Amino acid sequence: MLDWLGFERRIALRFLREGRMQTLLIIVGVAAGVAVVAYISALISGLQANTLAKTLGAQAHVTLKAPDDAVSPARAPASGTATLTMTQPRAQRLRSIGNWQALVPLLEARPEVAAVSPMVSGAALALRGEAAKSIALMGVDLDRYDRIIGLRSKVVAGQARLGPGEAILGRELADDLGVRIGDRVALTTGNGSAGSVSDSVRVTALVDLGVRDLNRRTVLVPLRAAQSLLGLPGGATVLELALADVWSAQDLADRLQRELPLKVESWQQANAQLVSALNAQSVSTSLIRGVVMVVVVLGIASVLVVSVVQKQREIGILRAMGATQGQMLRVFLLQGAIVGAIGSLLGVLLAAALVWAFVTFVRGSDGQPLFQIALAPGLALRIAALATVCGILAAVAPARRAAALDPAQAIRL
Amino acid sequence: MTSPVPIPTPGTPPLIELADVRKRYNLGRPNEAEVLHGVSLQLAAGEFAALIGPSGSGKSTLLNLIGLLERLTSGSYRIQGLEMAGLDDAGLTRQRRQTLGFVFQFHHLLPAFSALENVTLPVLMREGRVGRSELERARALLDAVGLGEAMHKRPGELSGGMQQRVAIARALVLSPPLVLADEPTGNLDRHASDEVFALLRRMHAELNTSFLIVTHDPRLAARCDRLIELVDGRIERDGTTTGGDAE
Repeated sequence: MLDWLGFERRIALRFLREGRMQTLLIIVGVAAGVAVVAYISALISGLQANTLAKTLGAQAHVTLKAPDDAVSPARAPASGTATLTMTQPRAQRLRSIGNWQALVPLLEARPEVAAVSPMVSGAALALRGEAAKSIALMGVDLDRYDRIIGLRSKVVAGQARLGPGEAILGRELADDLGVRIGDRVALTTGNGSAGSVSDSVRVTALVDLGVRDLNRRTVLVPLRAAQSLLGLPGGATVLELALADVWSAQDLADRLQRELPLKVESWQQANAQLVSALNAQSVSTSLIRGVVMVVVVLGIASVLVVSVVQKQREIGILRAMGATQGQMLRVFLLQGAIVGAIGSLLGVLLAAALVWAFVTFVRGSDGQPLFQIALAPGLALRIAALATVCGILAAVAPARRAAALDPAQAIRL
Repeated sequence: MTSPVPIPTPGTPPLIELADVRKRYNLGRPNEAEVLHGVSLQLAAGEFAALIGPSGSGKSTLLNLIGLLERLTSGSYRIQGLEMAGLDDAGLTRQRRQTLGFVFQFHHLLPAFSALENVTLPVLMREGRVGRSELERARALLDAVGLGEAMHKRPGELSGGMQQRVAIARALVLSPPLVLADEPTGNLDRHASDEVFALLRRMHAELNTSFLIVTHDPRLAARCDRLIELVDGRIERDGTTTGGDAE
């Protein structure tokens, strides 16, 4: 293997060494390009991961709900009769998903689904003393719900427990009601024709869901308690799904929508603005990366073109001595690959230094890092490989020019 | 001064054989011009020949054709009986590597490589590496051309005559049957020029390699075994000299 490209390697390295200044400039150019691309990639993926984690920290990836009540259309009029219809949309009542107990194991059996949690949710009031707060009452199975949003990790006081007659409250709601762990709170629902239903629950834990507004409204109770409070015995208004890959949510939601007579919503649909912002960010990043890579390619190509012109006579003499066109082509392709590879290596190191500087020195007003970013080895390797390939591509035109030189003419120069 | 050209032994093809070779430039354009008008020439193995002629007579073109650096427009060119006219670039390059060594007027050494590295370049080109025996041969050749002490110097550190001697060693490293030298002493003073010419003669005697030397210098041409004179793209005179100084 020592012989592999022995001639091309020796000539390419010697040419690069001979034009030391040019080589240095081109390597610095590649390194700067690679560093910018790698750093921006790390920064944007860190930023997006952070935004996603915050957004998805308190919501499921896919939710399934009973379909809305719809107004049945009036009987079709006899032909030849013109009618004007005005339809009043129906007020939506709380409805359970039909046969949800059978649906849960079916959803769990799907390979992309990591967890399924049934929930009964509706509006209610939390009362304590003279305080009355409008709340979002959610009845859940604690273990299942924990797998959806990692509830236990969000507990800021007490111990997450949801036995009969127990409840978990959002931190701000607890402040508003003036309750502490172990205190009792009365929950009441206006249950339409059945009148109001009330229950008294003991607070076992306070949670911080990452969004102040949610913390001000959230009350979690056992599934059964919510069923009776909301008048849906044995029912579940929502099935929440967590997926192994958050980005497959829309695809799964589309498929479930086709298969089931339910209202299916992915987190992307629920956060359409966020998703389009993330997409715009990704597109901009790709654009910047593309432009930087083009600049790198043009930089390498222009320096190598100059090198070919400067070395015409040497190329001619090598050709006269018996170097093939293929050998001359490879000499210059190899030069592109070498500067690409060395520049990539330095660029990745520079990007790692920039990432370190960001994590170490850039802090928010609270003195904490804004968000975590890291240069993943896989990403660094991909960018370095891409830059090396770009180096080779950049060398194609100069290399072809070198290979096509007429040796007789080149020697005469 | 001249006598009939030596005829190769019957049965073995001549080393090179040109028959009615024509070379035209700018084909199909208004400035189309024929530089060689039906040149026929044979060179036998082991010859030491000079190609002379006034400027613009087509010497360099003929040397480039023989050196497979250019293609002939019509006629036939055979090396050791093998027709060159139909070969593609790769075939011509292979043949050039196998058969020919070059010595140019301006030395044309690679400035980034030492004398020894320049001499081993054809080996590196052919094999991808330089083995021990090839390295020894290169060293021996540099010793033979009197540069044993300077073999690790770069061309920039050598005089013109020394550089030309490196180029001669390089032309001989793969033991080609024919060395083509284009004004090898054209850029040297008289003393260096005599030294280089003496070296060419010695190498010819020791290695039995054929030499075809383009020169303007009638003094040196007269010291070759054979003289070919080209005038206006035609061979005007071709014969042995009486003044050959073969050692």
